[in-house]
Amino acid sequence: MIIPRVPIQHRRLLPDRRLSGPTPWVIAILMMLTLLAAAAGVGLARSANAIGSAIAGRVTVQIVTPNPVTRAEQAAALRRAAAAQPFVLSARAVDREELQATLGQWFGSADGDDPVLNSLPLPALVDIDFVGENRSRHMEQLRALVAAEAPGARIIPHAEWLGPVAQLIASLAWIAGGLVLLMTLASAAVVIMTARAALGTHFATIEMLHLIGATDRQITRLFQRRIAIDTGYGIALGSVVAAAILLLIGWQWAGITSGLAATASLGPTGWALLLALPLLAIALAALTARQTLLAALKKIL
Amino acid sequence: MVEFDGVGLRYGPDAEVLCDISFNLQPGSFYFLTGPSGAGKTSLLKMLYLAQRPSRGIVRLFGEDLVNMPRQRLPGFRRRIGVVFQDFRLIPHLSARDNIALPLRIAGVSEEDLSGPVGEMLSWIGLGDRADARPATLSGGEQQRVAIARAVIARPQLLVADEPTGNVDPEMAMRLLGLFEALNRLGTTVVVATHDIHLISRIENAQMMRLEKGRLADPTGALRYPPANRA
Repeated sequence: MIIPRVPIQHRRLLPDRRLSGPTPWVIAILMMLTLLAAAAGVGLARSANAIGSAIAGRVTVQIVTPNPVTRAEQAAALRRAAAAQPFVLSARAVDREELQATLGQWFGSADGDDPVLNSLPLPALVDIDFVGENRSRHMEQLRALVAAEAPGARIIPHAEWLGPVAQLIASLAWIAGGLVLLMTLASAAVVIMTARAALGTHFATIEMLHLIGATDRQITRLFQRRIAIDTGYGIALGSVVAAAILLLIGWQWAGITSGLAATASLGPTGWALLLALPLLAIALAALTARQTLLAALKKIL
Repeated sequence: MVEFDGVGLRYGPDAEVLCDISFNLQPGSFYFLTGPSGAGKTSLLKMLYLAQRPSRGIVRLFGEDLVNMPRQRLPGFRRRIGVVFQDFRLIPHLSARDNIALPLRIAGVSEEDLSGPVGEMLSWIGLGDRADARPATLSGGEQQRVAIARAVIARPQLLVADEPTGNVDPEMAMRLLGLFEALNRLGTTVVVATHDIHLISRIENAQMMRLEKGRLADPTGALRYPPANRA
């Protein structure tokens, strides 16, 4: 049991005041940081996964034939031929308007009316998504197809230019996970110090209880209960503050609908993990306190 | 009841504070433990109430070897022993009533079953109207009475008392001694460490154990081989 049941009369064996001094505050800060790091880790991991699966099987064929009519014909032929292949999930020719709209974000005109933008010799692009996992074989097949339909076109695998970004995000997620682990260890260390300090402060009472026949288990339950309650206050406080921060960030995040940032979210599993963390923290605190107390009591006859 | 055979005790690397202690306490007997300060009385009592294991020798309590007994079995034995400490050792944040009730609560006695005996004990030691007082608000004598009440409330088989009447007036000392005697008549073995000669003379049939420089004086061998046990 996380917080052991102790009869009310036995609870009075420890003074009413809290045992642990600043411990609840330290635990609150650690819990808040743990939850924020966990949320960041989950969000980043989901983002890395989303980007990874989105780019893993996608290539863009860039046709740069000088004649715009031939270029458009080659693009259309390539799209038709690719769509008919069994290894291709989908093939889509990118509209010139879409290209201009994308480029317009850098050229300062998003509506495509910019004369400079209109005068640019834009390549024809065909986005192709592969079927299944056999990417290297599919690439070979596509190269042959491109050589037949649009000689001289470049094949650009998305994984080549977005892969490092996805890897960086995944690395950040691992670092966040490492921080969660370190802060969990720090929390356990705080509980161990609290338990030892409590034993030192109440040594005379513990010795007396031992001498009139109290078992280690009886004494441990008293302290375990009190430490679990004290750390529980800290965990609750830290969780509330972390939840407020996460909701605020989520509210601001909701306005971001494009780019890499849009791929970051916690999802149901992430929220479930964040909800479970405070409960796990209380269980860890109680277990740590119990083991610390039992080990210390064994040194007393 | 209690058997010490060739018991020695040393704290750390220093010389033994108790040396070759051998005695056999008979069930239902009354013993006074005397000796000058520093003779080792408190150390001997500590071994009797299981706060200390000997460095050597054999200690048997209630028929069982305590030297090699696993520590998880000790609480059961401690519940059969009542202890009156020289410095009382009352728990400061508990009331007189709760201090007295402590051994019963630790033993798992229900609140309704313990309220009667605790109330009677409080009345008997003259603290019925101060049941809710904390030790810090009680006089030395009152604290000592609470400590004695706590030691005897669970009707122990062995009562060990270290200078139990040191802080009470002669009248209360006699009343407390009367309580020890009454318990003794009910079968409790009593060991009282004291310097008070008058106290010793008040109990008929009490036996004397005298410690000097860590050794037990037993010139006739009666402590080691009590008459009932002589071959």
